[in-house]
Amino acid sequence: MTAEKSTSAPLALDRADARVKHQAGLGGAIRSFLDRVRSGDLGSLPVVVGLVVIWTVFTSLNPVFVSSSNLVNLLFDCSTVGVIALGIVCVLMVGEIDLSVGSVSGFASAMVGTLWVNQGWPVALAIVAALAFGALIGSLYALLFNRLGMPSFVSTLAGLLAVLGMQLYILGSTGSINLPYGSTLVDFGQLMVMPKWVSHTLAAIPGLAMLVSGLRTFARRRAANLSARSVAGLVVRVATITVGLELIVAYLNQSRGIPWMFGLFVGLVAAMNYALTRTKWGRSMTAVGGNREAARRAGIKVRVIYLSAFALCSTFAALGGVLAAARLASASQQAGTGDVNLNAIAAAVIGGTSLFGGRGSAYSALLGIIVIQSIASGLTLLDLSSSLRYMITGAVLAIAVIVDSLARRSRASHGRA
Amino acid sequence: MSESPEGSASVGELVLSLRGISKNFGAVSALTDIDFDVHAGEVVALVGDNGAGKSTLVKILAGVHHPSSGTINFRGSAVTLPDPRAALTLGIATVFQDLALCENLDVVANIFLGNELSPLRLDEVAMEMRAWTLLNELSARIPSVREAVASLSGGQRQTVAIARSLLLEPKLILLDEPTAALGVAQTAEVLNLIDRVRARGLGVVMISHNMEDVRAVADRIVVLRLGRNNGVFEPDASNQDLVSAITGASNNAVSRRTERLRMERDHAGSAQAGEQRQ
Repeated sequence: MTAEKSTSAPLALDRADARVKHQAGLGGAIRSFLDRVRSGDLGSLPVVVGLVVIWTVFTSLNPVFVSSSNLVNLLFDCSTVGVIALGIVCVLMVGEIDLSVGSVSGFASAMVGTLWVNQGWPVALAIVAALAFGALIGSLYALLFNRLGMPSFVSTLAGLLAVLGMQLYILGSTGSINLPYGSTLVDFGQLMVMPKWVSHTLAAIPGLAMLVSGLRTFARRRAANLSARSVAGLVVRVATITVGLELIVAYLNQSRGIPWMFGLFVGLVAAMNYALTRTKWGRSMTAVGGNREAARRAGIKVRVIYLSAFALCSTFAALGGVLAAARLASASQQAGTGDVNLNAIAAAVIGGTSLFGGRGSAYSALLGIIVIQSIASGLTLLDLSSSLRYMITGAVLAIAVIVDSLARRSRASHGRA
Repeated sequence: MSESPEGSASVGELVLSLRGISKNFGAVSALTDIDFDVHAGEVVALVGDNGAGKSTLVKILAGVHHPSSGTINFRGSAVTLPDPRAALTLGIATVFQDLALCENLDVVANIFLGNELSPLRLDEVAMEMRAWTLLNELSARIPSVREAVASLSGGQRQTVAIARSLLLEPKLILLDEPTAALGVAQTAEVLNLIDRVRARGLGVVMISHNMEDVRAVADRIVVLRLGRNNGVFEPDASNQDLVSAITGASNNAVSRRTERLRMERDHAGSAQAGEQRQ
């Protein structure tokens, strides 16, 4: 092997092995993408295809569906459960589950209602208290899991009931607390949208960030004698994303515009994506989800990782509850009950986060919740009852898990994790 | 194979010294009263039958299991190894028999798992470079370090595991069956690597069932049997002695075969002599 190397031209450090096919340039990038898809490494392709199908069907049934104002409402609705789904992504990454996110979100909204409206606390303090409560609940699950070996399935199911009980208790006999209209929190949940120039500027940021970091990586890899992905491919990707986002923003700006609440949600998704993919903590989360014992032997503090995952999940759930209270301008006994739990879990799974741990991304919460809310919004526009909505959402979740399982099998037979 | 005497001549300071180590799993005593020494620049082979306690001993040294009793001295001071991190920090690196790789992560991520460069902003380029350097030092044949470990063969996974153990520049490296899953060329590479690691002044503990590999690199051969010390041998000890120490019996297939060969040789010799006389 060394003889071969010395006779040929100097190769990049990672291109010395003749047995591996390497794709170069723009055409190569497309070919390797198709290869990946064929072997079952689907990424977010199924959810994008699914979204196109769902939108086409609902638009043909009722053209109002794709109207700018309906989509803006959709984004408002996405943000609340989306934040909860983001927490679910965290626990799914380590191969655990939290079934109590609905109750925790409901209790958080009840807490904000009681502390702020009834007790007269400053609203910010009430929100912080609700988030702290979320973190506490998550830490309790982690404690039960780490110290007593209690399966998260059971401890969070117990938590579901207990926290729901606490929610009913603090709401007392009145059963619901109205949040004052005109307050910043309610405006944030119902009205506040970005000015046009802000939304257009924000839509340009992802592309710019990709371009800058892509070029930096390219230069560093070249300097380090490693092969690098083609600049042409990078430019095409950046251009596609930027143009796509700007068009979406322009369309939504025809009516009210992008909600600040949705901006907060996307910001949290981007932050979590960075944390999961570019930090040691995220690497440890993926490792613990993939092979817990291997992670432990590599010196990772597995218990701390579980603690962070559970605490983060419950905190996001509490934040989602606060946003839901703002969206509805009330904290009621119904908050967080019904389909909130399953919608959050379904969103994470539909978006492509594996139920078995070690595979997923923060963006799956964003994509998944848009699918779920599109179905809900479309069916509402068709005046269908919630019974049908549950059935159809359930079927979509089943399809998503089937796609995940099939892709998983295909990945295994093609030698991909 | 003939390099071992010079290795044993230049034995350095005592790196690791175990005294009276016992480990019970419930009613089963996996290890009883084990004494074990490793010096710098020395390869100690740990041999024994299945269930002799080799892997248990290695796991104690790696911080995976905790000894029921006994003392561990590492570089002159008594230490405890409560968890794998403690062992790694002290400078004890381990390649486990079941490799302990995360199949869902790529090769670079596995090599650097738990020791990522710049934790808040992972330096992927520097990590990939270092990974290639390590793998090239081992003359490893890994197609791509950006593929998930799930796509690698058994031998390639072994190489990744060994590369990972060397990342932290350990003082003592424990190899549990390092050549079991490897082809001829890769076995030779790993044995070369063990020689190179010894030349750098590291202590090496190697578990193996393959006596040929053991003789090729070991300076001392420590035999465990049913969780107890059962003799220390030079690498030039006879196979018969080793096998009887491992199995605890002098009457077994290997000894019988040796005996039979010797008798056949004698018989043939005398027959030849008879022919020549005629």
